[in-house]
Amino acid sequence: MELINNINCELVIIGGGPAGMAAAVAAYDAGLRDILILEREGALGGILRQCIHNGFGLHRFGEELTGPEYAARYEDMVREREIPFMLNTMVIELSEKRVITAMNSERGIFTVSAGAVILAMGCRERPKGALGIAGTRPAGIFTAGTAQKFVNMNGYMPGREVVILGSGDIGLIMARRMTLEGARVHAVCELMSYSGGLARNIEQCLNDFDIPLLLSHTVVEIHGRERVEGVTIAEVDESRRPIPETKRYIPCDTLLLSCGLIPENELTKMAGIELDRVTSGAVVNGDRETDIPGVFACGNVLHVHDLVDYVSEEAKIAGEAAVRFIRGEAEKNAGIKLTVDGRVRYTVPQRIEAVADTKVYFRVSDVYRDKKIVVRDGERVIISKRKQKLAPGEMESVTLTKEMIENAGESLSFSIE
Amino acid sequence: MKERALTCIVCPRGCPLTVTLGEGGEVLSVTGNACKRGVEYATTECTAPRRTVTTTVRCECGGVISVKTASTVPKEKIFEVMAHINRTVAPKSSKIGDVIIEDVAETGVAVVVTANRANR
Repeated sequence: MELINNINCELVIIGGGPAGMAAAVAAYDAGLRDILILEREGALGGILRQCIHNGFGLHRFGEELTGPEYAARYEDMVREREIPFMLNTMVIELSEKRVITAMNSERGIFTVSAGAVILAMGCRERPKGALGIAGTRPAGIFTAGTAQKFVNMNGYMPGREVVILGSGDIGLIMARRMTLEGARVHAVCELMSYSGGLARNIEQCLNDFDIPLLLSHTVVEIHGRERVEGVTIAEVDESRRPIPETKRYIPCDTLLLSCGLIPENELTKMAGIELDRVTSGAVVNGDRETDIPGVFACGNVLHVHDLVDYVSEEAKIAGEAAVRFIRGEAEKNAGIKLTVDGRVRYTVPQRIEAVADTKVYFRVSDVYRDKKIVVRDGERVIISKRKQKLAPGEMESVTLTKEMIENAGESLSFSIE
Repeated sequence: MKERALTCIVCPRGCPLTVTLGEGGEVLSVTGNACKRGVEYATTECTAPRRTVTTTVRCECGGVISVKTASTVPKEKIFEVMAHINRTVAPKSSKIGDVIIEDVAETGVAVVVTANRANR
């Protein structure tokens, strides 16, 4: 039998990671049946499959799970509901008319015309090329996530003597992981004066193993021809320029990079969807709907989350909203814009409509102690919430009531004071 | 009396804890915690610290599969736990929750599988 290569489907979800699976389950539970998940890898679960450490699910399931266990909970939900999914399937194009072009070895190239689309493609790591480190380009330089895949999924150790640049959570987790498997992690260098990772990870991944965290330090040169032989590190000044007198050589065979995550929005750009320059994800409303009606986004493709529990929460919003769109039940009104002062770097959603109470997520641009999160409607303060500590690595949220949004003028402004 | 600063690792919130210790090292008070689990953590951390170990184990199928200690093990035994796990091979059809070691490195704690398929 020949496979039909022009499929029609009410809801197509691009990506079968935690966001895609949670969106699919939410859409199914809202009554929709014609759903299709397209997944690039050979299994559902996304990046959680290689995140074998624990700490996932405390909010969502009330217990501490490892990444594969959290993913399996959602995969079970998808399978119980018999929601269709295609694995090893790469989406290569998304049009503004919600037509998806994809390919796999079974069907070749095929198209899917979708009633609604949910973007759930996740994010990728900032690569070596984007960091501009001087020196040679030998083997032995990996992003932390690549090393994580080698160790946890392929069972290979990428090196024995390790330096890590960047103190994002994956870098911290990999410092511990490499140590447990017998490698020596000499240092974790962080360009900023604070770590981008969670405090608990600095404690249990670095301090537990006496791995030094060198704040305001960077790698200024990589040495070695065939394989990394060492790196030169240096302290940086307030404008993040290396201080030459502080240069120091560390012999090592491996350099891991944990220097930030970038939402993977090639398809989003192709469809002409407006992106937020700060988040690198789509600009969305409270439903997580982009500026193309019927195209939604959730999870790390929208903005980088620190907890998968919040990804699931956001995906549920998008999944349920997509069903309302398909049924023509979506409530619409002019809506208002949310603006930020720079100390608050961004908000998601970026615009909201007065249809329900809405939780707004945001990140701050620096470490602030004993400050207030203030939301203003014009000059009038409508929310003021004191926080002991705010840090860029930790996502914050406030809930705006329907009344606040209804009564607002053109915009609501978010600031740290 | 002595004070010790800790970061709670029970949940992602990572509360900064201050523990007041008596002469014999006993915990007199804990502050800075947002919930009662912080007190529990601080007490164990100052007397006999424990950790959950997550890692992978070789699988009969030729790949690796992820595992964890079913509860926490003494922190100083982490590398013995790792050595024991690395000597072990998981059966082909391992599923989440399957016990592959009943008592790892004489801690009295089991090691269980955390994935439904091995990766190869």
